[in-house]
Amino acid sequence: MTYDERLQQVAVLGAAGKMGSGILLLTAVEMTDISLKPENKGKTFVLNAIDLSDEGLAGLIDYLRVQVLKIAEKKTVWLRQMYADRADLIENFDIIDQYVNDVIQLVRPTTAIETAYRSSIVFEAVTENKDLKVKILKQIDENNPNKPWYFTNTSSVPIHLIESEAALKGRVLGFHFYNPPAVQKLVELIVTPNSQPEMKQFALDYAKALRKVVVPSNDVAGFIGNGHFMRDALYGINQALELAKNRPFYEAVYMINKVSQDFLVRPMGIFQLIDYVGIDVVQFIMKVMNPHMTDEDLHSPILDQLMELGVKGGQQSSGAQKDGFLKYEKGVITAVYDINKQAYIAVDEFAASCDQELGELPAGHKPWKAAVRIADKDSHFGPYFEALKQTNTLGAKLAVKYGQNSDAIGRKLVSDGVANQEADVNTVMLTGFFHAYGPINNYFA
Amino acid sequence: MQKKLYMTAGFNTVSLGTGRKEFNPKKERPGIEHYISEAGKGVVKQIGDANKIDETVIGNFMAARFNKQAHLGGFAGLVDDKLEYKPSLRVEGACASGGLSLISAMRSVLAGTAEVALSLGVEVQNTVKAIYGADILAGAGWFQNRKTGHAFFFPGQFSDRAGVYYQKYGYDYARAGMRQWFVNAIENARLDPKAQEHHNTTADLAGFYDKMKPNGKTFVDHLNVLDCSKVSDGASGILVSSEEGLQKLGIDKSQAVEITGWAQVTRNITKDPVDPVELTTIKKAAEKALAMAEITLDQVATIETHDCFSIAGLLAVEALGLAEKGRGAEYVSDGNTARNGAMPMNTTGGLIGWGHPTGATGVHQAVTIWQQLTGNAGQAQIDIHADRPYGMTINMGGDDVTVVAIVYKRG
Repeated sequence: MTYDERLQQVAVLGAAGKMGSGILLLTAVEMTDISLKPENKGKTFVLNAIDLSDEGLAGLIDYLRVQVLKIAEKKTVWLRQMYADRADLIENFDIIDQYVNDVIQLVRPTTAIETAYRSSIVFEAVTENKDLKVKILKQIDENNPNKPWYFTNTSSVPIHLIESEAALKGRVLGFHFYNPPAVQKLVELIVTPNSQPEMKQFALDYAKALRKVVVPSNDVAGFIGNGHFMRDALYGINQALELAKNRPFYEAVYMINKVSQDFLVRPMGIFQLIDYVGIDVVQFIMKVMNPHMTDEDLHSPILDQLMELGVKGGQQSSGAQKDGFLKYEKGVITAVYDINKQAYIAVDEFAASCDQELGELPAGHKPWKAAVRIADKDSHFGPYFEALKQTNTLGAKLAVKYGQNSDAIGRKLVSDGVANQEADVNTVMLTGFFHAYGPINNYFA
Repeated sequence: MQKKLYMTAGFNTVSLGTGRKEFNPKKERPGIEHYISEAGKGVVKQIGDANKIDETVIGNFMAARFNKQAHLGGFAGLVDDKLEYKPSLRVEGACASGGLSLISAMRSVLAGTAEVALSLGVEVQNTVKAIYGADILAGAGWFQNRKTGHAFFFPGQFSDRAGVYYQKYGYDYARAGMRQWFVNAIENARLDPKAQEHHNTTADLAGFYDKMKPNGKTFVDHLNVLDCSKVSDGASGILVSSEEGLQKLGIDKSQAVEITGWAQVTRNITKDPVDPVELTTIKKAAEKALAMAEITLDQVATIETHDCFSIAGLLAVEALGLAEKGRGAEYVSDGNTARNGAMPMNTTGGLIGWGHPTGATGVHQAVTIWQQLTGNAGQAQIDIHADRPYGMTINMGGDDVTVVAIVYKRG
């Protein structure tokens, strides 16, 4: 089966979810582009968008229409060539409209999992629950005569477990998009010892067509991205607890968030990132990963406590940030959660004294937004972190320790065999987490 | 000419679009009514009383598609109550609509049906994304060519011309001229507070230009976006008057320009250009206008030409006879068209720097020449020597299809 043939019958599981809808969008566009090639004219392409939620599926087509329109508007030069034989499509407007229709036409929203019984490829993006994933994939495979290939978007479950428990020998691999899939360039690719070479080749071709950066990760729970992030988050939480010995926990949360964002020049502070991903998701991923850890305990009682209090973070369907460790108004942090009072305390009330305690940012500091655009990063971050190390303030000291720990996490991912090389860890953090510099560096030595 | 013709009391709105600090594509912006009204009022304010105006002509290209609004003549009353129940009409000739507005006003004054006519030009184009704007602007070509044309139809047309120019005269040679055309445009626009690129702060314009290589995959083969005019919202207005009209207005001749020559020339829109590296219609129109004015180019102090694309600027230099065929790039890269050069062109930025609200451009060009010849150009003012008291405008519609050329003399 060729690449094009393989993409004629596809299913996305969990298609109405945040990750699933993004994967659906990218796949629908890729399938449509293939269908427009002269040699594929007249062939049928089917993309089953499967989800349990009727409500979610109802909004899916609207989402696709808006997104595909934007994509079409950016590639109209190419689309005019593809539709050159359609005498009825003259203006850009006609051509873009037709393309949007063509993409939508091959998407079949449904709650019926049976529609995947004819698929050649199944993208799985259901809830991060191994047993659920295994159950669904097993059911499909038992009823699908095509011996389909399964691409799971799991961010933490070891692939070989899904492979063995669902009896999919060699036909499942990890294809982990980052959130949101339509924007994020990174895909982690995880194979098992049984993986069919042609399936891996297809995955690489598909990623290339989607203009994704592929980083191979070995099949260890959490892979590279969450392998780093979960440990980094746990370190941040524990540092805050340490600081909280002398001050309220919410002040410590504010301070560590500031240290990890401003002093370390990251796109967001560690507590904001936890909120962005969702406290529930972080707790869940740690829970999935922890049984596979032999020499560490990947667990935080603080996260359990917040979950019990109903403080979950994550995002509204509109993309707006829900409150978690921090409270947000139009994306700006306005308050921090006080776990004792179970209420948010306005940042204005304590920020000044915390800032004073942390001290000034060292000379040569550039915020992440500016620093990330610098072509020669070393020439900026080398002197900046040197200055940070020379600065005798609480903020600088915490930042240096934080940076050292982040570096150590990265190196351990390599020595533990999760990542094949240091560069892969850095690529994941640079492209998947938008860091301005890789965690493995010599800045904090 | 049977009687003397003048222009006076010019006014431009800001040319709004990318480049202006106040422009935000996501926020609501003034509509076409605002621009007609602002430009008209800007003229009326200079004469004190709209009663002195006998007729209004509005040049506009595609409001019917950009703004879903036709019948623009009906908006004269929005400028001033006193323009209601007087003649008012809209004229169209693609991007030469503004020039046709001037010509129509001039004809009315020459015919004696008006002593003073208000010539306006307007276009509000930022209502749609550029990819759809390209569809609308493609209406300046023959619709039967649209299907085989480029997604960005007009950039495609002039990209083809540029491609032939590169082939004939050399890529680097041509690009050097086009680059200098762009640099002049931005530097001049910085001097006019109404210009779209007025806020431009790029330090190394030439370097910036060189970095943007033409890319046919995302745009057109032989031009980058800096070779193109702006997508603009804007309007301009100016009065066309007889000598008696000028007296009635109470305006001294020193604050007016005299129209001494003009031509409006059109070629067959269903035919391809005879020579891709020649703007034949511009050539004919310029020759006719200069002949009518009985002057030569060495008496002209400054020219506003229709640089919808940098290559059109170079080809206009050649069509005007400032440089021989194929030598336009050199003429420009040597600095001859810069504001301190042998023939200052587009002294407030032209279509690439000042902006290109399509239906307004012809009127804007007249306003710029009026400003320069009457000493009203502010920071953009150039020296006008006594032995070169003339100015000239070239306004082009479509791919060298409709051209309006006008020669102005200091009053």
